[in-house]
Amino acid sequence: MVQRTLSSVRPFLAKWALVAVPYLWSLLFFLAPFFIIFKISLSQTAIAQPPYTPVFDGMATLWDKLSQLSLDNYAFLGSDPLYYSAYLSSLSIAAVSTLLLLVIGYPIAYGMARAPKSVRNALVMAVILPFWTSFLIRVYAWIGILKPEGLLTLLLQALHIYGPDQQVHLYNTAWAVYIGIVYSYLPFMVLPLYAALEKMDHTLLEAAADLGCPPLRSFWKITFPLSLPGVVAGSFLCFIPIVGEFVIPDILGGTSTLMIGKTLWAEFFNNRDWPVSSAVAVVLLIILVVPIVIFQNQQKKA
Amino acid sequence: MNKSLTWFNLTALILGFAFLYIPILILVIYSFNASKLVTVWGGFSTRWYVELIHDEAIIDAAWVTIRVGILSATFATVLGTMAALVLDRYKKFHGRALFSGMVYAPLVMPEVITGLSLLLLFVAVGMDRGFWTVTIAHTTLTMCFVAVVVQSRLVTLDRSLEEAALDLGCPPFRTFFLITLPLIMPGVVAGWMLAFTLSLDDLVIASFSSGPGATTLPIKIYSMVRLGVTPEINAVSTILISVIAFGVIVASVLTHRAQVEKEKAERAVFLGG
Repeated sequence: MVQRTLSSVRPFLAKWALVAVPYLWSLLFFLAPFFIIFKISLSQTAIAQPPYTPVFDGMATLWDKLSQLSLDNYAFLGSDPLYYSAYLSSLSIAAVSTLLLLVIGYPIAYGMARAPKSVRNALVMAVILPFWTSFLIRVYAWIGILKPEGLLTLLLQALHIYGPDQQVHLYNTAWAVYIGIVYSYLPFMVLPLYAALEKMDHTLLEAAADLGCPPLRSFWKITFPLSLPGVVAGSFLCFIPIVGEFVIPDILGGTSTLMIGKTLWAEFFNNRDWPVSSAVAVVLLIILVVPIVIFQNQQKKA
Repeated sequence: MNKSLTWFNLTALILGFAFLYIPILILVIYSFNASKLVTVWGGFSTRWYVELIHDEAIIDAAWVTIRVGILSATFATVLGTMAALVLDRYKKFHGRALFSGMVYAPLVMPEVITGLSLLLLFVAVGMDRGFWTVTIAHTTLTMCFVAVVVQSRLVTLDRSLEEAALDLGCPPFRTFFLITLPLIMPGVVAGWMLAFTLSLDDLVIASFSSGPGATTLPIKIYSMVRLGVTPEINAVSTILISVIAFGVIVASVLTHRAQVEKEKAERAVFLGG
């Protein structure tokens, strides 16, 4: 009898432990920190370590707690047009880059999916490999190319497209940021597109061709609609992190490009204003909640 | 029509891969530049590598990075594999939606948000920032990537082998280690490697969660980049790229060979039986 009870309890315990360990870890280190961000975004700045006044300390009464909360940081975000334009420019940079990634990534993914089967895995590997090498290093590599006295200038001068005194002025501009983003995020766009295109049934195209459909039309009528799950997955996978991107605009964009990730970093590390940077993060999160939820539903279906 | 299509595909592939690889290639070539000016070629030299060996700050940072990478990748692999099993096996339990949300959200969450929120947690609980806080932060981020990689492996797994073992009275725990784990091993290894390289790469989350004495290599490289471009950065980058490229290629060759051998064995059994 005891044996029986044990054997029925143990699988239950095993299941419980299997669920509980990663669950608790994520609750503690992923979800709980968001509540703390939210809490600190409602507190006042203080010149101390940590540089904010705690809100929920001790056994104060509820009213006392509530009266300590302040929306000052959010009011500050609203009053300074810097934040407003930083959010807006992050969103527009992310949207334009995602479109560029789609336009550049689609032909590559298409070429990969149409390549002979024997080389396809090697091609996938070749797309993934740069993704494994450091993000920071790949962005850094572009400085030497885009600088006014850099390699692109030298190349254009050697080809006599540019005169000896002409220089490329891309470094520290929005163009350099676009190049950096497209370069860094290309694998994230190509791989979902490739996954969708590779699964496609070729006989559909043959049938269309047999029935006299021109290739370009059968692309828009058959190939593109069938690849839509890949288009959606790739776009979200790129758009969401690009909105909060810090490294690329910081290294390639100079002072001329405004992005919210950079603003948050500056508030935190340079101004040491934790409550305001928390408020910046909370607003960014609210903006991104909708695309993140859509992305998750997409992931669950896949 | 077919010919023009092939021509188009080939051009797309060549241009695409040139775009992906030329900047890295240039970076590697200029790490052997004798000149201090990054864009002027002054002849072949390995002096930047020699200087690197004598740069204690970089060696220290590399050592911290490797330790953080190994520890966080190992924790992340254990936690991520567990998470993948939960998502694959238990389709209905209270809080499953929240759990899958917490697994997928970090994949796209901007790093500045994750980094800042973790830092505020560490401060709130009074943990000193340093080696362990970076390790915890990286574990949290990378376990989600491991979960996705392992889950894709679990989906293709043949459950009848596990069921057979369980029917024959093998306890679930043992079944996992004897049957399930060996079958999903390629996914687990790939997950570990992905977690390790992500940890090796990360600048933003490490900057928020690290403290004095726990400067990782990306933090060090970033501060060097801010001061200006030097061939020494190219040299560090080249070493990092070679180590990772070597690891990835070896791992993929090994898994490919294992796959081929498995297929061969299966064919032999099929023909013999």
